[in-house]
Amino acid sequence: MSTPSAATTSRWRALTHHHLFWPVAVLVALLLVNVPFTPDFFSIKMTDGHLYGSLVSIVLFGSPLILVAVGMTLVIATGGIDLSVGAVVAITGALTCSYISDQADQNALSAVFLAMGVGLVAAVVCGLWNGFLVARMGIQPIIATLIIMVAGRGVAQLITDGQIITINSEPYKLIGGGYWLTLPFSIFVVAVVVAVTVALTRRTALGLLVESVGGNAEASRLVGIRSRRIKIMVYVFCALCAGIAGLMISSNTSAADGNNAGLWIELDAILAVVIGGTSLLGGRFSIGGTVIGALVIQTLTTTIYTIGVPTQTNLVFKAVVVIVVCLLQSPKFRAKVFGARFGPRSGAASGGSAAAAPAKTVTTAEAAPKMEVS
Amino acid sequence: MAEPRPVLEMTGIVKEFPGVRALSGVDFRLFPGEIHALMGENGAGKSTLIKVLTGVHSLDGGTITLDGKSVRFASPLQAQQAGINTVYQEVNLCPNLSVAENIFIGREPTRFGRIQWKRMRKEAAELVDRLGLDIDVTAPLSAYPLAVQQLVAIVRSVSTGDGTGDGEGQGTKVLVLDEPTSSLDRDEVLELFRLMRRLKDEGVAILFVSHFLDQIYEICDRMTVLRNGTLVGEHMVSDLDQVGLIQLMIGKELDKLEELHEHQLRADVGETLLHAEGLGRTGRIAPFDLEIKKGEVVGLAGLLGSGRTELARLLFGADQPDGGKVTVAGKQVPMNAPNDAIDAGVAFCSENRKTEGLVPDLTVRENIILALQAARGWTRPIPAAQRDELVAKYIKALDIRPANPEARVGQLSGGNQQKVLLARWLITEPRLLILDEPTRGIDIGAKAEIQKLVVSLSEDGMSVLYIAAELEEVLRLSHTIGVLRDRKLVARLTNGPEITPSRILETIASGEHQ
Amino acid sequence: MSATTQTPTAPDSGTTAKSRFSALLGDRRLPVLVTATLFLAMYIAGLSRYQNYGFGEPQVFLNLFIDNGYLLVAAVGATFVILSGGIDLSVGSVIGFTTMFTAWLVERQGVPLPLAVLLALGVGAFGGFLMGYVIHNFEIQPFIVTLAGLFLFRGLCLVISKESISISDSSVSSLAQTRVSLGLGELSIGALAALVVIGVAFYVLHYTRFGRRVYAIGGNEQSAMLMGLPQGRTKIAVYTVSGFCSALAGLLFMLYIQSGDPLHAVGMELDAIAATVIGGTLLTGGSGYVIGTLFGVLVLGLIKSIIQFEGTLSSWWTKIATGVLLCAFILIQRAMTSRNKT
Repeated sequence: MSTPSAATTSRWRALTHHHLFWPVAVLVALLLVNVPFTPDFFSIKMTDGHLYGSLVSIVLFGSPLILVAVGMTLVIATGGIDLSVGAVVAITGALTCSYISDQADQNALSAVFLAMGVGLVAAVVCGLWNGFLVARMGIQPIIATLIIMVAGRGVAQLITDGQIITINSEPYKLIGGGYWLTLPFSIFVVAVVVAVTVALTRRTALGLLVESVGGNAEASRLVGIRSRRIKIMVYVFCALCAGIAGLMISSNTSAADGNNAGLWIELDAILAVVIGGTSLLGGRFSIGGTVIGALVIQTLTTTIYTIGVPTQTNLVFKAVVVIVVCLLQSPKFRAKVFGARFGPRSGAASGGSAAAAPAKTVTTAEAAPKMEVS
Repeated sequence: MAEPRPVLEMTGIVKEFPGVRALSGVDFRLFPGEIHALMGENGAGKSTLIKVLTGVHSLDGGTITLDGKSVRFASPLQAQQAGINTVYQEVNLCPNLSVAENIFIGREPTRFGRIQWKRMRKEAAELVDRLGLDIDVTAPLSAYPLAVQQLVAIVRSVSTGDGTGDGEGQGTKVLVLDEPTSSLDRDEVLELFRLMRRLKDEGVAILFVSHFLDQIYEICDRMTVLRNGTLVGEHMVSDLDQVGLIQLMIGKELDKLEELHEHQLRADVGETLLHAEGLGRTGRIAPFDLEIKKGEVVGLAGLLGSGRTELARLLFGADQPDGGKVTVAGKQVPMNAPNDAIDAGVAFCSENRKTEGLVPDLTVRENIILALQAARGWTRPIPAAQRDELVAKYIKALDIRPANPEARVGQLSGGNQQKVLLARWLITEPRLLILDEPTRGIDIGAKAEIQKLVVSLSEDGMSVLYIAAELEEVLRLSHTIGVLRDRKLVARLTNGPEITPSRILETIASGEHQ
Repeated sequence: MSATTQTPTAPDSGTTAKSRFSALLGDRRLPVLVTATLFLAMYIAGLSRYQNYGFGEPQVFLNLFIDNGYLLVAAVGATFVILSGGIDLSVGSVIGFTTMFTAWLVERQGVPLPLAVLLALGVGAFGGFLMGYVIHNFEIQPFIVTLAGLFLFRGLCLVISKESISISDSSVSSLAQTRVSLGLGELSIGALAALVVIGVAFYVLHYTRFGRRVYAIGGNEQSAMLMGLPQGRTKIAVYTVSGFCSALAGLLFMLYIQSGDPLHAVGMELDAIAATVIGGTLLTGGSGYVIGTLFGVLVLGLIKSIIQFEGTLSSWWTKIATGVLLCAFILIQRAMTSRNKT
């Protein structure tokens, strides 16, 4: 009797200790909340050769956020932060749309590709600038990226001349609003970016080095990691992701709005990263967690809409989520609220963050008698 | 002699941390108008004792009597108000504020809640003047060098309750100086000593911690020696010579030390591998010359704070030298960053495993391959099969437990963490391996394994720079022993039957080349 | 001996141009001077360029205070937080919330104006207090806590109403219309209030123990604690001050705009932070003057006026110019701090 039950508990424990367990649990719970209000929430219909349904639209509307959050994950993993992504979204969209709108034939593929190239190059330049300030000049990331956050929207408005540029380009419309193989095309874009990111970080040594730099900067220096290059690289990558998100947003609306495109997306992205289990202090990161985190945020928005709570409260809910997630991550809060009763248990149980504590006591315990010499 | 009543008496002090007894029943007393040295090696309990005294740590057992009254401090503030003030090695002042403010902040003279700047500056100037210092109290603290900042810190601490008229504080009775001289030059130390003597004449009891033996003998009247969290003796400085003191601190009778001494090393070493000339860094270590041959183990002996680690860090480029040059196998190495040294085949295991070595969140495997991967760059990951084979090989060779490459390094014991760190560098096949206290804080079995490993590495032709606090450990392993004292490489002894622990102790104590 | 006889302005016996330069860089008043000079230069440039368009009127100068009074108050709050080494991202949201909350109380609930003002200030200060409490007690980064505050207050705005609420209360409009003559020109109530806030903030920062503790904590929090200063209380108080200032700025903004709108003052925290930094306050804390913040706000205001006078320039140049200035001052700060370290 006892053997199978022990096996299930251990399997259950392994499951609950997986770093994606809580983000996924929250996501599933949020999705289930919708069912009583929208019984056909999980159903997906085929209309005009396109798939429709709440799940599809969650992914569709969440696409830009996923992209930005994936880039942000790497920056946060190095112990940094990038506040400028919203501005980069606006700049990229503005540049691309204004380029397309200048064309005689807005449907010409070459022009669209060129326009997208121009937009993405601008994003990369922003990323290089951030990386330069952080890695070369040694300015705190939050401050360094504040510059583009402030100036970037001005630049975007400068490009669009303060107008909302509307375009009418079928090929460009595809990225953010089109369908391919019955699914929204942006889902494929997201899939490719996520796959590329995972490959880039886990198939090469980039992920390891990023985690090392964020996990212990001094140890990384002493082990010979060229952390400046790594940092510049992640800021560029983050800006590039934001640029693609900018393309998607402007494509979806067929318009570039320098003022409102990507507004507050940096905050949502940071939130997605935190929900996904990556610590704001840097170190271990999880792209999968971030994707789920972004989906949680998007589902939250959808849920608020479907269950009939006024959509305005969305931000209040988000604030509550930020606070709860941060409080749960704060060791001091856990110690104060759960006290000694739960302290050690949760320490032993949750393999991640709390694991360091018991390990530390072990080493000091051993250290003490031996510390003295001879 | 007829002893006056001590101003401070600590009896049977016990302090425990989870799993560790840092202080077990230590007695300590301090008389007014004396300068008292607190001595001990790393982990002896010096800083714990000071922190208990100054209210940073709570007490687990024992009593503290100040001026005949039993006291117990819950915070540094309470200790300060009772007249116990501390000045730490790092100046704990605010560099952005003026000198006068730093002296008075928290108890500025006010009238109706308004700070009286003029009065504050005047009082600060008077105070500084009375103590014979020449400091412009209106200048920001950051305008002064560290030494002066330290003096200001002392002025602040002795001025508690001085003329502020708000009744808090009772004047300083005990002044604790925790390694104030570590980064001062000779003139600055003299200035500090002058101030200390003046305070002593005013009846202040001073507790002085320094790694510099000369300074202890120059300024102190009495000393208390701790070892392993216990009291090993209280002596008048004039009654105990330096050799005797070091023996007390290290805690072995010389005869016993010699029994342990044996040679396991092969005699022949190769040609010169590394040559450092005039390498030095102000405030860390005086310029030194050092030669390390292929397959040679060079041990560094010296007390804590004598410059052992500083020397190693310079050789690795972890700190930038002020001057001098390093050649490895005949080629000059730029030494701007650790990368330069690593490229030249130098590896460095820091004594601070947690802060400077491991990335605790990463797994054993990831920590082991980190150095090799850093050298290859991010675009050329080590193929998984090769990586797993290498990691498995070193986990087995070094007997890392648990033998699970997926375990988080932060969860391993100290000894196994040390082995992970060793594996990380061995995998890169360095020419010179610098080991800074590789056996500190790890169990006896792991210790022996690491020492054995050093011998076999040397036999395979790897050079090793070995730093350890334990003399016989250094002696047992090294072909050559560099002796450090007071941030200077004072002697270079070729190991042999005539080199004994007592001989090294004498060299450390006298600081002379013999 | 030699160590203590050095005078701080001339650390080396040789007073070369380089050491004088580095001494200048080390002077904490330098950034304020730079900003003041920048302001003067911009003003003179404006005078010479738009003289014929009435730029020289004293009222144009005074309008800087009238048009930016609310920003000045918000920036004073931000200055307290940044001096202590923290950051407050909730400023804009609290301003927006205050406009909504007050307008709602007065227009929809019929609460008398003075009571509504007191309530609004109380809520703002309490919000700041809560954020400070969480930051200090649970050791969560100020950035993330005030980010939650940003969401929360903006969300509460929208919860009150999605639509803007215009204020028809006669006392509000008469207050808004009131001008105090200064001989050469006139100031609004909002501008006067902002000047009073600057004066009070200066007094608090320089003549009270609390103010000095703010500097001490920003200079070195660890030291401040070891010196026995109540650093937790001070930190919480700093965020409370910021919350209060944001609420007051919200009231002034409401007076200026005469409506409550859930999208009022979006992103104004950036303006407040930018003004503070341009005014020479070190983003790492511990160094800066509230007078500098005044100049920072004036510079931002002057940019707006010049763009208005220019006519052909569009409003987004304000943002670009702000960003460029921000960048320049961050680099100056960087040069200063790296000099101090060595």
